[in-house]
Amino acid sequence: MFANLDFDVIRRALPYLFYEGMTFTLTLTALAALGGLVFGTALALMRLSGYKILGRIAGVYVDFMRSLPLVLVIFWFYFLVPYIGQWVTGASRPISVGAFASSLITFIMFEAAYFSEIMRAGIQSISRGQPAAASALGLTYAQTMRYVVLPQAFRNMLPVLITQTIVLFQDTSLVYVLSITDFLGAASKVAQRDGRLVEMYLFAAVVYFTISCIASFGVRRLQARIAIIR
Amino acid sequence: MNYHWNWGIFFEPNPMGTGNYLDMLLSGLVLTLKTGALAWVIALITGSLVGVMRTLPSKGANWFGFAYVEFFRNMPLLVQLFLWFFVLPELLPKAAGTWLKQLPNAPFWTAAIGIGFFMSARVAVQLQAGIGSLPRGQKMAATALGLTTVQAYRYVLLPMAFRIILPPLTSEFLNTIKNTAVAITIGLLELTGQARSMQEFSFQVFEAFTAATILYLLVNAVVVTAMRFLERWVAIPGYITGK
Repeated sequence: MFANLDFDVIRRALPYLFYEGMTFTLTLTALAALGGLVFGTALALMRLSGYKILGRIAGVYVDFMRSLPLVLVIFWFYFLVPYIGQWVTGASRPISVGAFASSLITFIMFEAAYFSEIMRAGIQSISRGQPAAASALGLTYAQTMRYVVLPQAFRNMLPVLITQTIVLFQDTSLVYVLSITDFLGAASKVAQRDGRLVEMYLFAAVVYFTISCIASFGVRRLQARIAIIR
Repeated sequence: MNYHWNWGIFFEPNPMGTGNYLDMLLSGLVLTLKTGALAWVIALITGSLVGVMRTLPSKGANWFGFAYVEFFRNMPLLVQLFLWFFVLPELLPKAAGTWLKQLPNAPFWTAAIGIGFFMSARVAVQLQAGIGSLPRGQKMAATALGLTTVQAYRYVLLPMAFRIILPPLTSEFLNTIKNTAVAITIGLLELTGQARSMQEFSFQVFEAFTAATILYLLVNAVVVTAMRFLERWVAIPGYITGK
């Protein structure tokens, strides 16, 4: 079954796969998770704020993003971002932003919807007495959020946030539809060039599986540790 | 924005000669729904089996369920589809591999099966959580009534657990439909695929993707409404999901 497989092709492709591909994948994952978390937290705060209109806007945004397939969103932003860039900079024609910027913006905007729901649950898990105590101490709303509510919400939600980041790590493989050289893109390019689809795709599967497995094992340990403290 | 809008594009004939561009998108929608439906049936059946295995007293069944879920959850869906589509036919005996490659509608069957198994791991986790959330007394009462394990699951635990997890199952169903878009990579011309080819033929990027977006939103609205009815219909009075 594996007799006519040539695993040497993987060894030769390793530098390309990891320096080009995996670097792109991991950078995209890390920056998108960070950006998505910041933007998502802002969305969560909007939904929980007293201003109905802000909550409504954030709610529509989140529902909208979560109703669409990621692939479609990737296409949307790929074509939309140059026009937005043109509009923002006032240039005379759509500006080219490059594969990385375009996919980063896509994932930040898309993941923010998911992170915002996690953060909303996190903020709602903080007991009412906490913000009440904070305002009794004379903290403003912003200070209450900054010093009292959000740190605890982040902490409570850390396992879920990391799990979502693992999902994000796997989802970044979908930039394949834009022919970007992320890890899977690199594997696929080698596969097509050398006609070694089986070896390359099997190897890609093993690498994604190993990384995700280690990360989710870490999450379980983290969960256990947090559970003891509470 | 110096983009040339043309909303009339939908009623212009498409280059495939199969009617206009709108017909093209609608045929994509039908394929999305078909793939999603078949994938969901696979996901629900295998997911339920594995979910039950994870709650059985047997260590072996637990271990199998755990391994199954980890296997399907820790690989990107796209990679899994590639494994089914490109790798599996090569690893099978030659005759079987050739048969598989020559199967008509291969992208459709691959997508439905691939997405089905991918989602089954998620269904399994939900069901496990649902069974786990039932009070211990339910299982004990079933045993006390003289029900076998199979009967206890069939008549007591599963009907309760499925009712509890109906809302998350709705999201998983929607995810299954959305995930069919990934099959664009193995050449399935579902809704996103048709929007993409419409864009490539007509250069009307935003009209094509707007139409696809609206169709996805409609599907979402229909599914959510239908599931809300289902939830009300199966609700047990006085219990968690009832009033």
